[in-house]
Amino acid sequence: MSAQFQELIAKNQTRLNGRRKFTNTIMLTVTGLFTVLALIPLFWIIGYVFYKGGSNLSISFFTQLPRPMGMEGGGVLHAIEGTIVLSILSSIFAIPPGVMAAFYASRHPNTPLGIVLRFSTDVLAGVPSIVIGLFVYIIMVMPMGHYSGLAGGVAMGILMLPTIIRTTEEMLKLVPGTLREGSLALGAPEWKTSLSVVFPAALNGIVTGFLLAISRAAGETAPLLFTALGNERYDIGTIIKNGIAQKQSILMIVERIVDQPVDSLPLTLWKYAQQPYPERVQQSWTVALVLMIVVLSVNILARLWVESRRRSLQG
Amino acid sequence: VALLHHGWDIVMKKQIETLPEGHWRKRLDETLRHGDVPWNIILIAASIVLMILVVAIGIMLWNQSADSRKMFGWAFLMPTSDASWDPVNGHFQAWPFIYGTLLTSLAALVLAVPISVGIAVFMSELCPDWLRLPLNWLVELLAAIPSVVYGLWGIFIFLPTVVAPVGNFLFETVGSLPVVGALFKGPIPESGVSRLGAAFILTIMIVPTITAITRDVLLSIPNSQREASLALGATQWESIWQVLLPYGISGILGAVILGLGRALGETMAVTMVIGNSIEGSISLLRPGYTMASIIANEFAEAVDQLHSTALIEVGLALFFMTLILNIIARFLVWRVASRTPAEARV
Repeated sequence: MSAQFQELIAKNQTRLNGRRKFTNTIMLTVTGLFTVLALIPLFWIIGYVFYKGGSNLSISFFTQLPRPMGMEGGGVLHAIEGTIVLSILSSIFAIPPGVMAAFYASRHPNTPLGIVLRFSTDVLAGVPSIVIGLFVYIIMVMPMGHYSGLAGGVAMGILMLPTIIRTTEEMLKLVPGTLREGSLALGAPEWKTSLSVVFPAALNGIVTGFLLAISRAAGETAPLLFTALGNERYDIGTIIKNGIAQKQSILMIVERIVDQPVDSLPLTLWKYAQQPYPERVQQSWTVALVLMIVVLSVNILARLWVESRRRSLQG
Repeated sequence: VALLHHGWDIVMKKQIETLPEGHWRKRLDETLRHGDVPWNIILIAASIVLMILVVAIGIMLWNQSADSRKMFGWAFLMPTSDASWDPVNGHFQAWPFIYGTLLTSLAALVLAVPISVGIAVFMSELCPDWLRLPLNWLVELLAAIPSVVYGLWGIFIFLPTVVAPVGNFLFETVGSLPVVGALFKGPIPESGVSRLGAAFILTIMIVPTITAITRDVLLSIPNSQREASLALGATQWESIWQVLLPYGISGILGAVILGLGRALGETMAVTMVIGNSIEGSISLLRPGYTMASIIANEFAEAVDQLHSTALIEVGLALFFMTLILNIIARFLVWRVASRTPAEARV
């Protein structure tokens, strides 16, 4: 090989290396820029919701029912109460089966049932929420003949199930195997080990899983559109007061609370945002603020909790 | 009380122990005292309920859409250029909504995939350790913002300030090209309400989904792969582009399909920004409808039996679309997870 030829190769090599380094720098910078780009909407939305919604925030917003258009004031008490009722109902429907299924999935991950279970959890997580709304409309609203908070609770519960199962399963798996084995070695049967050793050890994480699931479901609108429907006159205080005045049993009062159309914060936001009145649109920003504060703070708290939990368990 | 309980146990046990072998009470006691059989039955029952739920959604939608399926057959879903959605005369064709759903979702995917993969690469390969967790959280917060809030921000802020100018720009530059031009035929409404707006909002909403899974896939790749390619003299980008991304490609594909599934089913934000109009145009820059948004808008007000069954059939189609996508995606993600032994992960 002639010296000239070698020189040529070396020169080419340097040029090639230069280009490779250039591409490297450019592409790595681009990934960083994409990260920044994706976070812009996050801060934009949060900032704007606080700015727009904050200006209208007052105590009466939380304590009053909506007033007819043209009158000053009025709040979204009905939606706040409705959101709470729906969250409680959906937890009742989703938590027991979710936790049980998670126990099964974490104990028997490789049995046919376990595999199918995890698969259907994944599939359920992918079902659009509006389709779940249709499903609950068919199985509950049609037979009952009217929209109700109960149906809304079921729809939200179905929506929460996959999240609950996944987080619970993950938390159960984090519990050290030695704890389980110790309990079993002491002669405790499987169910007792699960309920009084493994479950308490994982409880913190499981609770945060519920919180995440609820905060997600509480922000959903689509499954409530034709299950809970919405109800501007919803007021639990009045229902209870009337119930006591008429000497109804607690069961009757509960039935009256859940068996009628119920409103929720996202549902109210959606309705207000579409109205032509500027006051309503302004109120929808405030609803958005309340909703964001609830959802994001629950979300952040839950994540902080999970993280500290994971560290203490793995540490 | 505990002592009493204990005593009762002993009494019962003594009584039962005196019984002959194979007596039904003895066998029952063996089963129940242990308690694992009922416990397992409960667990299995809960698991089966969950499985039935998925199947039941399909069956219920199928049954309830019978009228519409019988009346319109496959033509309901087939592409046509003059589809009609006419509750007054009882004639329904879902193609405009299917088209709207597919167009907005695919457009969102085209935008979201490079961004998400970029973020995932940044998070898993480049960023310093202290930044990883906060970044992770921020991206997940993006997923936690309720869909209606996206919609509200979309109509009043994002659409007029960003989408409308971008739409006009696209109309002026790409809109006159021969074939692609039809997709960018404007003008975009001044408020920005259009399929393009929906696609942008969807992009923001599916980026967290794709990013999270892609990041997990990248993190699950054994370190030996990185070290080997770097040792051969590859730059960091070459190692990412030529080694890591091909290694995790099926997982990333799974993430993309999951993102697509989410985009197809997204309802509220899209309904708020897409303009909800049934017009013949196929352009991205014009208002439209999606499958989810027609259900959200019309189902509660559908008094006519045929109208509501037609909407349920739209829901059924949507369910099957997301079902198939999810099955494919899960399969791909699982394949990556099972190929990589747990010990090799970082």
